[in-house]
This record gives sequence, structure tokens and C-alpha cells, in this order.
Amino acid sequence: MIGILASVIDGVLVGSVYGLAAMGLTLIWGVMNVINLAHGAIIVLGMFVLYLVATALGLPAYGAVPVMIIFGFAFGVALYWIAVHRMIGRPALMSLLATFAVNMVLIGLGTALWTTSPYNVPVAMPGATWQGYTFTGTHMMAAVLAALIAGLLYLLLYRTRIGKAIRAVANNREAAELSGIPTTQVLSLAFGLGVALAGVSGTLIATLFPFTVLSGEAYQLKSFVVTVLGGLGNPAGALMGGVALGLIEGLATPFMPVSWIPIVEFGLFVLCLIAFPHGIFALKRS
Amino acid sequence: MWRRPFPWLIVGAALLYALVPYFTDDVQLRESLLLAAVYIILASNLNLMIGYAGYVNFGNIVFFGLGGYICLYLVNDFQWPLILAALLGGVAVSALALLFGLGILRLRGAFFALATIGVNAAIQQIVTNFEPWGGATGIYLALDAYGSLGGPMQALWTTYLLIVALTAASLLASYAIRNSKFGLGLIAIGQNEDAAAVLGVPTPLYKALIYSASAFLPAMAGGLYFFKSGIIEPTGAFNLQTSIEAIVMVMLGGSGTILGPTLGAFLYEELRGYLLIAEPFSHFQLVIAGTLLLIIVLFAPGGLLGFVHRLWPRTRRWLE
Repeated sequence: MIGILASVIDGVLVGSVYGLAAMGLTLIWGVMNVINLAHGAIIVLGMFVLYLVATALGLPAYGAVPVMIIFGFAFGVALYWIAVHRMIGRPALMSLLATFAVNMVLIGLGTALWTTSPYNVPVAMPGATWQGYTFTGTHMMAAVLAALIAGLLYLLLYRTRIGKAIRAVANNREAAELSGIPTTQVLSLAFGLGVALAGVSGTLIATLFPFTVLSGEAYQLKSFVVTVLGGLGNPAGALMGGVALGLIEGLATPFMPVSWIPIVEFGLFVLCLIAFPHGIFALKRS
Repeated sequence: MWRRPFPWLIVGAALLYALVPYFTDDVQLRESLLLAAVYIILASNLNLMIGYAGYVNFGNIVFFGLGGYICLYLVNDFQWPLILAALLGGVAVSALALLFGLGILRLRGAFFALATIGVNAAIQQIVTNFEPWGGATGIYLALDAYGSLGGPMQALWTTYLLIVALTAASLLASYAIRNSKFGLGLIAIGQNEDAAAVLGVPTPLYKALIYSASAFLPAMAGGLYFFKSGIIEPTGAFNLQTSIEAIVMVMLGGSGTILGPTLGAFLYEELRGYLLIAEPFSHFQLVIAGTLLLIIVLFAPGGLLGFVHRLWPRTRRWLE
């Protein structure tokens, strides 16, 4: 019984990081109705920033977190102007294709630079032992940092003028423009924020598990599952969806072979999309 | 339909495509053309969804892979003849697509695209765990499976000719659909679904039908292709990358046209073949494909054919 509890707790810890990744995806969707298919590649970018900071430069591993937030934001704003800006207001197909093209370029460059062999960044972090079960320090640290970043995002969105502008643009772009909000700048800002969130979640995931250039696809799919659970365009829902996914993974692990877990996830994903296209946790918002 | 020159053009081109490597006995040319033909089948059937109905099927490769699995399973474990096995694969996948389509086509735009990615991923995982189909290692075809077609050498030619026939069938089907009431309904859905529904187009039925129709020939092609390779395994059969490449081909040539996806598939395949061989580019194949796609999407959403049509409007009449 305690074994299952421990597995669930660990699932929730990891799930909060999935939630952080999904917040990036859902923020972009909520503000500009664009599904960022470069999401996975950006997660991988965050992973390799950890690798560069910790292994190549020899700095403390968690130093990669602020580096990735700043770099991810700048990268996201640049990406918005290169690939996304012309897609705003055009059919969904166009923005999907544009962001996927960015994904291909990033993965291609990553493969050329780092090949597809696995990387592992050992992070030293003391764990905690309870009733004979050890909770890894990195998992707890990742969950704490994910919660902290999510809290900061909340403050930014709900306690600052910029956040108010982002929420206004998400609600009604024309009305926001009429009220004197520079909507294009706000869109690029929101895209930068989304990319920074995705990237920093990649950095945190890389402190937990080994990774390759191609890991992004799996985490991108997880992000989709989480976003759909939480409701597209709803950051708070995304965090809850992430925790829910972690819970499912933690609960399922003792009972079924690991290779069956993705089936449960994707099955849930398709079912949720069809049955609750606005998300399970979106009741309040609608 | 046969009174216009275009279908005859398709038949003639397909005959040329099939006979040139056959009579020159050029195996290398055949392999290159076969791959291009498979891509043409994928792209032109995907075009039925993207170009006509305006729905992006990101997981279109699931038809190809599933058709391949069913066909190889029947040939290998039950000694079915190839053509019958491929046909049954096509029918089964098509029926499955119809069932699925009625569910996931309730979603629109980006939601639908996400669901198709999910369907592909879910099926890939199920097949990976499905022991009768060899699980993660897949199905290896026994060599005597080629015996009924007159040995491996002859079997490769037979599959090539069959795949070219499927290619021609894909193009003719695209043409026939576009000039039918069904096709006009689909194009109306692609332009404005609500307006189409108000005007009496049975949108849920049409969407499910075209989703199912766009599964049939790729599933058969998957059967033939994996029969030719002699092996099928889950990562290769349900490769999301190939799915996306098919989208690139459709966009490159010009979605919504018949010649466009064909041209796009052929050019993309030849370009990729060149990039893989050329030393300085071999690592950057994905980068180049991605940049190409971005440029098309940003600056030429009509693709190659759209560009030609805009430049010389009179070509619209015979380049369809």
C-alpha cells in the first residue's frame, strides 16, 4: 500500500514538470489560437541547455534554469517574428505547418550537432527516505521549481499591467487593440513566455531522466495529453492536468507493464478530445 | 470523366512510369521510382483531406502502417495471395477509418489535427504490444512467401507494377471525386463548413466518407510496400515524420489540385535522394526540408502549381 502511495507521490512530482511544459503550450494557444508544434524541439533545447551549462561549462546544474528562461524568452520572441506572425488569423493548418517546419529545422540542427545518442546529466541532490522508500532529490527539486515558476507566471498574468494586456488580447484581440494595447507586441511577448516555459520544463526534465535529440516528441505528446485534460488555453488547468497525468502514470506503474502506459495516455487523450474538447478542469472557465 | 484529356494524361503517364524501368531492366531506377510512387499515393490521398475538405490529418501514415501489418500478417501466417491480402488490408483499414472518422471528425481545425496525432501514437503503441504481430520486433516475411509470385526477383517487379497501378488509381480517384457532387460538397466544407451545412451538405457523413476513402489506397500501398521490404516493425510503420513529409509534399506541389501533390511528392523524393547522397548536405536533410516548408507556408501557400497558375492563368485549364 505504501509502495503505491510512494509511486503516486513520485508521479505527482514528475507530473508537475509535465504541467509546466503544457502551460507553455496552452498559453500560446489561449492567446493566439496557435498550436506550437515546435514545442517538443524547444523542450529538447532546454535539455541541451542544461547539458551545456552543467557538463560543458561545469556550472551548477540548476543555474541552467534562469539561463533557459531568459534565452527561451528571447528565442521565442524571435521565433514569433520569423514563423508565427504572418500566420495569425490564417487557417489552423498554416500555423501548424509553420511551427512544424521550425520543429524540423531545430531537430535537424540538433541531430547534426549532437547526433541522436543519449545524454545524461548527473545532478547531485540529496533525497529523502520515508518508510524504506526513497524520494529522489532531483524529483522534489524539479517539482518545487516547477511550482515556483508556475507561481511567478500567475503573478505576472494577474498582478501586472503586462499580464492584464496578455489576458485582454486572449479574450478579444480587436477590443484590446481598440483600447490602445499594442497587440502585436503582446502576442510576441506571450509566444516568448510560452517558449520559455516549454524550454525550462525541458531543463527540469533533463535533471530527472536521460535524453536524446529526439526525446521531444514523447514529451510533446504528453504536453498535448495534459493540455487536453486541463483544457486548451487554460494555464492553471494545464498544471492540474500535468499533476493528473503524473498521478495516472504513478498509479498505473505498479499494475501494468510500462509499455502499456502510453496506450492508456493516448487513449485518454483521444477520448478527452472527443468527449471534453474544453478540458475536464475547464468547468469554471466556461 | 473520360471525355476530358486529363484522365488520359494520367493513364499515359502511369504506363510510361511502369514500362520504362521494366524494359530497360534498370533496378536502381525502379527502386527510386517505387519510393516516389508510394509518396505520390500518400500525398494525393492526403490531399483529399487537406486540399478538399480542409482537414489536416497529421497521422495519415497510420493507414499505410496498419494496411502493411494486416497484409503481411495474412501473407505470412495464413499464406494468403498478396493481392487478396493487400485488398483486405485496404478494406479493413478503410472500415476502421470510417468508424473512427465518425468520432474524431466532430472536432475541427487544430483539435482534429491533434487527435490524428494521438490516434497514430495510440495505434503504434498498441501494435508494439500486440504479440501476434511480433510486438516491438515486428513481422519478418519468410522467403517462400515470394514463391507464389515466381521467386523474389519476379515478385519485386510485380509489386512495382501493382504500386504504379495504385498510383494511377489514386490520381484518377482524386480527379473523379473533385468533379463529383461529393467533391463539390467537400470543397464547400473546406471553404466554410457552417455555410456548407446550412446549404444542405451532409457534413458529418461527407467528412467520415472522405476520411475513410483517403485510407483505402494508402493501406493497400502499405501492404505492397512492406511485402516488398519483407519486414515491418512499429517505429518504421507508424513514423510521424513520414506523415509530416507527406504534408510537405502536398503543400510543395499545391494542395487542392491533382497534379500538385504528385509533383510535390516526386520532387521531394528526388530532392531528398540527392540530399542524402550529397556529402555536405546529408546531415542537414531535415533542416532543408523544414526551411523549404516554412518558405512555402510563409510566401507561397498555393504551392508550385498555385504559383504557375498565378503566373500563367491559362494553364488552369489543363493542369488540374
